[in-house]
Amino acid sequence: MSIDWSAFTPWSSLAGGLLIGIAAATLALFNGRIAGISGIIGGLLRLPKGDSGWRAAFVIGLIGAPLLYALAFTLPRPEINAGYGSLILAGLMVGIGTRYGAGCTSGHGVCGLSRLSPRSAVATLAFMGAGFVTVYLLRHLIAN
Amino acid sequence: MTLLTALLSGLIFGLGLILSGMVNPAKVMGFLDLAGAWDPSLAFVMGGAILVGLVAFFIAYRRTLSFLGGNMHLPNAGAIDRRLVGGSLLFGAGWGIAGLCPGPALVAIGMGETKALVFAGAMLAGMVIFELLEHGMPAGKLPRAQWR
Repeated sequence: MSIDWSAFTPWSSLAGGLLIGIAAATLALFNGRIAGISGIIGGLLRLPKGDSGWRAAFVIGLIGAPLLYALAFTLPRPEINAGYGSLILAGLMVGIGTRYGAGCTSGHGVCGLSRLSPRSAVATLAFMGAGFVTVYLLRHLIAN
Repeated sequence: MTLLTALLSGLIFGLGLILSGMVNPAKVMGFLDLAGAWDPSLAFVMGGAILVGLVAFFIAYRRTLSFLGGNMHLPNAGAIDRRLVGGSLLFGAGWGIAGLCPGPALVAIGMGETKALVFAGAMLAGMVIFELLEHGMPAGKLPRAQWR
């Protein structure tokens, strides 16, 4: 199975979304934890070290997922068009922003909205809005 | 056992990010580009995930212990303040620059993408900067010579 990522992919995206939901459900029900990636990584960087075990296990799972995927399907190649300077700037912004905002696409977007949290709804609107505006500025105003 | 379920959750989460297309920044940018050839696929990712999540958290919030008998560490309603909004705006702008957010960046590292490694390195640096700003310099962690 290979996916044409340049096309509109409602079914594989929906199926992937269901898997993400199942993953969040697993962590919530078995570990009593929120599957928020930025929070899970952030907790690993905090001092003094406390509950690092499950966080490290989750991160290993994330990084190891492509290996598992490749056993059954053709692994697609992510297309990262940003240059190194942009990647470093974007990485810093994402790192600082998700920690101050206490969540990212997974923690606020998936888990928070599933919990019907008004706080996460506000955060999701804020980062989605900022994403839309940034892409508009970079692609349609500055690029032209 | 909690390590095993956390590992399993990470694996399933990663598979979902690959299958859904979230791990491809070009596709994420296509979703964020409302004024271009908009690709609404990623709305289906959110929809599918939330569909399952609604049921899971409905159950989770009615439990005092996890299925494995451990404590629940689920958040309760927090404040909607400038930190939340400001941080989220900064995150969204960074997301719009590269098309990468934390989860897909880690998965792309597992796919051998050097650029994802660079992004994730900067992201970790950003998180460390946050920790230092929030909780100050950890005592005795920096070589003293630096302060002389």
